[in-house]
Amino acid sequence: MLLEIKNLHARIEGNEILKGINLKVDAGEVHAIMGPNGSGKSTLASVLAGREEYEVTEGEIWYNGKNLLELSPEDRAREGVFLAFQYPVEIPGVSNTNLLKTAVNEIRKYRGEEELDAMEFLELLKEKSKLVELDQKFLSRSVNEGFSGGEKKRNEIFQMAVLNPKLAILDETDSGLDIDALRIVANGVNKLRSKDNAIIVVTHYQRLLNYIVPDYVHVLYQGKIVKSGGKELALELEEKGYDWVKNNKAEVTV
Amino acid sequence: MSTTETQRIEELANREYKYGFVTEVEEDRLPKGLNEDIIRQISAKKEEPEWMTEWRLKAFRHWLTMEEPKWSNVKYPPIDYQDISYYSAPKKKPKYNSLDEVDPAIRETYNKLGIPLEEQMMLAGVAVDAVFDSVSVATTFKDKLKELGIIFCSMSEAIKEHPDLVKKYLGSVVPYTDNFFATLNSAVFSDGSFVYVPKGVRCPMELSTYFRINASETGQFERTLIVADEGAYVSYLEGCTAPMRDENQLHAAVVELVALDNATIKYSTVQNWYPGDKEGKGGIYNFVTKRGACRGVNSKISWTQVETGSAITWKYPSCILQGDNSIGEFYSVAVTNNYQQADTGTKMIHIGKNTKSTIVSKGISAGRSNNSYRGLVKITKKAENARNFSQCDSLLIGNKCGAHTFPYLEINNSTAQVEHEATTSKIGEDQIFYLNQRGISTEDAVNLIVNGYVKEVLAELPMEFAVEAQKLLSISLEGSVG
Repeated sequence: MLLEIKNLHARIEGNEILKGINLKVDAGEVHAIMGPNGSGKSTLASVLAGREEYEVTEGEIWYNGKNLLELSPEDRAREGVFLAFQYPVEIPGVSNTNLLKTAVNEIRKYRGEEELDAMEFLELLKEKSKLVELDQKFLSRSVNEGFSGGEKKRNEIFQMAVLNPKLAILDETDSGLDIDALRIVANGVNKLRSKDNAIIVVTHYQRLLNYIVPDYVHVLYQGKIVKSGGKELALELEEKGYDWVKNNKAEVTV
Repeated sequence: MSTTETQRIEELANREYKYGFVTEVEEDRLPKGLNEDIIRQISAKKEEPEWMTEWRLKAFRHWLTMEEPKWSNVKYPPIDYQDISYYSAPKKKPKYNSLDEVDPAIRETYNKLGIPLEEQMMLAGVAVDAVFDSVSVATTFKDKLKELGIIFCSMSEAIKEHPDLVKKYLGSVVPYTDNFFATLNSAVFSDGSFVYVPKGVRCPMELSTYFRINASETGQFERTLIVADEGAYVSYLEGCTAPMRDENQLHAAVVELVALDNATIKYSTVQNWYPGDKEGKGGIYNFVTKRGACRGVNSKISWTQVETGSAITWKYPSCILQGDNSIGEFYSVAVTNNYQQADTGTKMIHIGKNTKSTIVSKGISAGRSNNSYRGLVKITKKAENARNFSQCDSLLIGNKCGAHTFPYLEINNSTAQVEHEATTSKIGEDQIFYLNQRGISTEDAVNLIVNGYVKEVLAELPMEFAVEAQKLLSISLEGSVG
């Protein structure tokens, strides 16, 4: 088991957002987490990545045999957890290349591997930038500064490709994307799917799941997973709307 | 910001000054206090000619009529000028032919500071005129420079060996009446560097001087003069570190640059004097007057400074653009942490036609520090087609520090083009988290952001200095994340 979340409760500023999440994710799987606004989707993504504003009050998260909650955000990243941000942050003056070079080498150092030399690294960037059809000029630009919404999301997936995580969490990666950008991003993600890694796709809409076809779909509502199923659940949800979940909540409580 | 993050920040911010140690060297010093007799003694100890003694005395008499300036945005307890010793020099008066003869204790000090005074220096192609307290103890590369007719020596030596040049240029940019601290310096200056690059000569190496304040309670009063004759080029580096001391130490230096027709002077500083402890106790008061005169046509003076040390920094490296088509530049990074205060910037005085100036100032404040940019751009009546571009950015780390910008513009010619841009930003928790999530530690994240922020300025430094400056920045800011 790559990831196991047991009875996870988390709160921010005193408000309990997650109220007992249970989830198991194995390598090679793609899980979609869907739910209406405010259901706790982004909170779950943030807690997995280790954002400090969120306080875990109960429950456990086991990742690759380790207690994830005991690891700092950077160590989680070094262990192979990647979060594609819903709102990628701008970092003026720091080029994409510089960020990735630092990140790749920190991760390699943590794993006891040698740092990549400049040539190897540039080769890696070139190869991976093709995956998301990212123009080379983005490499020398400051991280996310002046990028369009679509470019930012593509840049997230590009970083994911370079860092090659075991567990990638895509937090509303589809929001703000037009149909072409959505296709490019989804293609990139699909090329990164393998039997060794797992992807959690957090999304409000079913649209993205036409491109990134999940193995499992979970519906999050009021801080709990209220319904789980195969990819057809997403379609059903799309057709019936979230009201269907809300109204049936009592019956489908896990 | 969450409590744990805040705690971590504060922990990391409590880093001790790495260069705090005192070298034990027998020293020769004058009693505390300042009067005409003391000034005569300073001059006598330095075996100066009468004209120099007189110049000092004129400055001293003028100083007595002056008041300490109060307009800057810094606070410090009153300085008792009679409680300072104005001369201190290693007792074993050095006259070295080679570095091997230098007092081992002094050399050890330089080694601790990581200053490559020996072979490393030769390999790096750097000539160093090392100022230990007030007297020059070692000079290298002199012969090579001599071949080209370049004079690079201590100010004391220049007064004796090149009196005509010194008489002609000393005080010609910063007159002895200029300001309280410059006037004090004119009266009591101890030593410093003198550089003269003759007509048409391009100085083939970076010239550099490491200053170090060593003796306790000794004001340090360097005086530096650099003259680039017609068509000459010189790049000069100044780097500083000082040992840990409880007493506040006054430093009032004067640097004068003169660029004649078609000459270029590049002056770079990395300043890392003891900033005081975490409670704001101790540290150097760095009250410096630096000014360059672009006297000739097409001349250029470029100041680059990285200021990370000192309890208080008060300096405005300036350019007087007299020659037509002359160019003035000022690139600055000023970092303040804990209780440090900095009020720094520049003055660009446009007098000649088609003169251009560029100002790029990057302030970084962390801890409880205060960082002010103060700059004047003055376009005089006759300065046709003058152009200035100013960019003043402030970066805040944490929420207890302050950043202030005081730009002054005086434009008396309607053909002038003046642009001013200013930004203030803060290293955000979201930026740190984003980088953490990519596997980068908080400390490295701050370095990455800060280096990105200042790279425009560091790019102006000579290569070996840029590396040192980058290290200094991370040392000064380690853990001050916010």
